[in-house]
Amino acid sequence: MLALAVRNLVKTYPNGVQALRGVDLEVPEGDFFALLGPNGAGKTTLIGIVTSLVTKTSGTVEVFGSSIDTALEQAKAHVGVVPQEININYWDSVYNIVTTQAGFYGMTPRQARERAEACLEQLQLWDRRRDSGRELSGGMKRRLMIARALMHQPRLLILDEPTAGVDIEIRRSMWEFLREINAAGTTIILTTHYLEEAENLCRHVAIIDHGQIVERDDMASVLRKLHAETFVLNLREAISTAPVLSGYSVERVHDHEIEVEVTKDQDLNEVFAGLSAAGLHVVSMRNKSNRLEELFLRLTAREPAE
Amino acid sequence: MNLRTQLVALLTLLRKEYTRVFRIWVQTIVPPAMTTALYFLIFGNLIGKRIGKMDGFDYAQFIAPGLIMMQVITNAYGNVVSSFFAAKMQRHLEEMLVAPMANWTIILGHAFGGVVRGLAVAATVTVVALFFTDLHVAHPFITLSVIVLTAFVFSLGGLINAVIAKSFDDVSIIPSFVLAPLSYLGGVFYSIALLPEFAQKISLLNPILYMVNAFRYGMLGVSDIDIGFAYAIIVAFAVGLFAFAMWLIRRGTGIRS
Repeated sequence: MLALAVRNLVKTYPNGVQALRGVDLEVPEGDFFALLGPNGAGKTTLIGIVTSLVTKTSGTVEVFGSSIDTALEQAKAHVGVVPQEININYWDSVYNIVTTQAGFYGMTPRQARERAEACLEQLQLWDRRRDSGRELSGGMKRRLMIARALMHQPRLLILDEPTAGVDIEIRRSMWEFLREINAAGTTIILTTHYLEEAENLCRHVAIIDHGQIVERDDMASVLRKLHAETFVLNLREAISTAPVLSGYSVERVHDHEIEVEVTKDQDLNEVFAGLSAAGLHVVSMRNKSNRLEELFLRLTAREPAE
Repeated sequence: MNLRTQLVALLTLLRKEYTRVFRIWVQTIVPPAMTTALYFLIFGNLIGKRIGKMDGFDYAQFIAPGLIMMQVITNAYGNVVSSFFAAKMQRHLEEMLVAPMANWTIILGHAFGGVVRGLAVAATVTVVALFFTDLHVAHPFITLSVIVLTAFVFSLGGLINAVIAKSFDDVSIIPSFVLAPLSYLGGVFYSIALLPEFAQKISLLNPILYMVNAFRYGMLGVSDIDIGFAYAIIVAFAVGLFAFAMWLIRRGTGIRS
């Protein structure tokens, strides 16, 4: 079954900006799905339409078979959303925030109390349950929004930049947590600027740009489409100009560092052999950016402004 | 969601609203008591003694129902407009919008919150009034039903204001420039029988006049206008404003992009 089915979705804002230009997207149940795109590509608008915060211009959206046109409340009951912007009541306590949200989804106070303990424990916020929203750190606010979104045990969890501004330790513990709830059956759609995050967590990916899906496949296939990677090589010997390697693009970064672009039909061994022949020894090597980031930049590269 | 779950959501929202009212009671309950005490002291006692009887009652007694009603109107309206607009500005209104709550649930939850504040203020102001004058209730059902309906009407008004408002200025314009004049000219301090004929006719266009007089009839048993017609006006406003609020929320005016 499809957790999310979006067909020919169009959104034109009153000021004429066309945020979505006929988006088609399917996310199967149980998937961990990355929705990527540069700022202003239409990710948040798409999520806004699915969660009914944004009205669509045309097209259809179904969540687990429930159309947002004919069965909106049923569709919304399946979805938990963690928005990009912090949207908690700063004056309310952590505990009230999650139990109130549960009530909005029809959970009785008793059910909400039991679930609140589980969710806040999972997100390491139980000890802070009496604190008000304004007393929490940025990372805690993000975790609170995840706890809030999970209160009604949604079948589809949508996370819009959930780890923005969160330190690396908490980010990794959040990854672990998200992997666990996905393994337990919750479908997850994730938008993120940390492409490493998408590469680590997600099985499928869609890249949206200028309001259109420009790539949609499983993560491994998408990464295979990357035609070239750039490697940064550290050299033992100092160089004043970039060495010439036939068929390769080489750039000198500084005395002991060069960048080499290697396409899919080329071979790193040839690079090492060429450098060795030139009397240069490679001390260490790394990717200039992660592979998804490289592909992402290539797919969404903008034409220079006229 | 079925009716049961909508009712759970409604009660949750109502609990959230009245918890807020009583948590910040110094801002929500105390100021109307203070203002009303001043009205009674100045108009009821100092000036009222020189005015004498009005419609057969001491002036302090005569203005008591109007003062209570004026505070109910102001506070019911103010409660919803501030609660809803703050939620909109802080974006935690989205908690409700993403949940499977029906539009009527969102509207009634906020409106009932306004009614709770209106009734809490009415009770407090009534206690204050008892320090300055004797009060009795001639028609308990009319008294209670009119105050609840009036609080409901102005709670809906506050909600509509908050939905449409884009800035803090927009939420203060209606209370300052519409509600206050209509309240003061709505027969709180006088019987419209004292006015020239043309002013009486103009006064009949003021909906607050009907609410104040219906409430005064409930408490004192006297009214400038027909009580049945007053009920019809109040109910018509309640139905009309509810329908308008439903239309606004369904359209997403001010709350959805």
